[in-house]
Amino acid sequence: MPYKGLPEVVTTRRRSFWESVYFVEVCKGLAVTGRHLLRNLLRTGEMPTVQYPEQRRDYGPRFRGRHRLLKREDGSPRCVACMMCSTVCPADCIEIVAAEHADPAIEKYPASFTIDLLRCVYCGLCEEACPCDAIRMDTGIYEIAADNRQAFVVDKDFLLHNDKDGTL
Amino acid sequence: MVPLVLEAFAKIVFMFLLIMGFVPLLIWAERKGSAFIQDRTGPNRAAVLGIRLAGLVHPIADVLKLVFKEDVVPAQRHRFLYAFAPMLVMIVAMSTYAVIPFGDYLEVGGRRIPLVVADLKVGMLYILAIASLGTYGVALGGWASNSKYTFLGAMRSTASMISYEITMALSLLGLFMIFGTLQITQIVAGQGELIWGWLPRWGIVVQPVGFLLFIAAVYAETNRTPFDMTERDSEIVAGYHTEYSSLKFALFFMAEYAHMVVAAALIAALFFGGYQIPWLPRPMLEAHAGMLLTGSLAAGGCLSLVVAWLYFRRARRERGWYNDSREREPGFLGAVAALVGLGLLGSLTLAPWSVGAAGASIFVTVAQTGCFIAKVAFFAWLFIWVRWTVPSFRYDQVMRLGWQIMLPVGLLNLAATAVWLVIAHR
Repeated sequence: MPYKGLPEVVTTRRRSFWESVYFVEVCKGLAVTGRHLLRNLLRTGEMPTVQYPEQRRDYGPRFRGRHRLLKREDGSPRCVACMMCSTVCPADCIEIVAAEHADPAIEKYPASFTIDLLRCVYCGLCEEACPCDAIRMDTGIYEIAADNRQAFVVDKDFLLHNDKDGTL
Repeated sequence: MVPLVLEAFAKIVFMFLLIMGFVPLLIWAERKGSAFIQDRTGPNRAAVLGIRLAGLVHPIADVLKLVFKEDVVPAQRHRFLYAFAPMLVMIVAMSTYAVIPFGDYLEVGGRRIPLVVADLKVGMLYILAIASLGTYGVALGGWASNSKYTFLGAMRSTASMISYEITMALSLLGLFMIFGTLQITQIVAGQGELIWGWLPRWGIVVQPVGFLLFIAAVYAETNRTPFDMTERDSEIVAGYHTEYSSLKFALFFMAEYAHMVVAAALIAALFFGGYQIPWLPRPMLEAHAGMLLTGSLAAGGCLSLVVAWLYFRRARRERGWYNDSREREPGFLGAVAALVGLGLLGSLTLAPWSVGAAGASIFVTVAQTGCFIAKVAFFAWLFIWVRWTVPSFRYDQVMRLGWQIMLPVGLLNLAATAVWLVIAHR
């Protein structure tokens, strides 16, 4: 039983004589590619290619790059170690060890906060889940490279002082 | 005897350098041309002291990479044939060149040097014989690697070779009947005449169908798109050279381009008048050598100066783009072009219009060889152009095209040529 709305037999158009001779069509194709070639030869500057390391494309403000941890006014992390982000993380890449804070108004603080950047899928659920706006992915850094796996597991200090130099 | 050997050696060296010079240029043209056809920039990073030459440095980087790469070989290979196959491919690609003339003759000290390595009386048969040897390298390489993909590639290569060899021979037979000789130099010389006083008697004019058959057959023999089924990535990985790496792969890779140069030279020599400059036969070139030399020097000089001006303009426009040594490139190239232009224009003070007989002979040779190289370059470029335009045929389509269409058309063309010759010579 064929699906409704679909033709039962797929018909192909009969080729005309000149199409079946093939050489004429090849010449037409050569004209098309030749036009592209000439246009790009004469107007090299108008090519859409971005010469990457020198020129960079601007990303939108909502682009999710490498994470950073935000600070309070006194410089301590805003994070209260509520584990929301590490719970919601689909890649299970956030690991938080909580400790009791000296200030009774704050309850907890992260003794260690590590993110495995190799596992992270940059989905942004952690910043959505955070009740204190303590983690954000707004650094715009997307060039993340290192020569060993350990270097991709970044800790609290690193995330607190994340800057845009692009190195790990 | 000694001068003969020296002559032959010089001609062989010239031909070798011509092909080996074309190979990196073609690899560059393939990359850059395909990029421009697809609206990309193509390679432009490799640089020597900031000089990139629009990606021409990349073939050097390629060769360096391939030389220093590990030579991974399959354990169950046939040792001798595995090493021998890439050599055989290269030898075959090189040896076709022996019978293709790149000029008619050069007069030095009263001696007439024919500008062809070996002027065989059976040149056309030699070309067909060597062309069919080309499949041995591919087939042996595919078989000796002891892998299924390479074996499939080798099988396909053999199949297409058998199918298209016949068409190739049939298309060449038409030429043979028209020019009445198998000697390539004679065929090229015969193409210098004019029909009705204005149309050059090129192979494509007297054998248009033969030309179409020949070009299709030659594309099949060189395994280029649309007949690239011996190395089709989407079906059999890399075909016959899947198991090759390092310098052995480099040999296969270079042989493919050397084959293209040879095929382009064959098309140029057999169907586009070889070294013949249309409407400028040798006597006319010799008679007006001084004037033509002056004109070409002046035109070349002016052209170089225009190129230099364009480069200098670009240098000014691109200042501050990179902030490194690459910014020196347009200025450097502009300076080179300006020097060449000034040199060419400066040579006008040596009175080239009153050039002697010996100088005229050299001028004719240079002009004709230049014309031949230009034709070869165009047809080599056509290989690349077609590859990035036309989708490949399926294996069964290749076979059907070869046996059911091109073979009968070839036979009909042969019969038509024979009938026409009988009528014309009655």
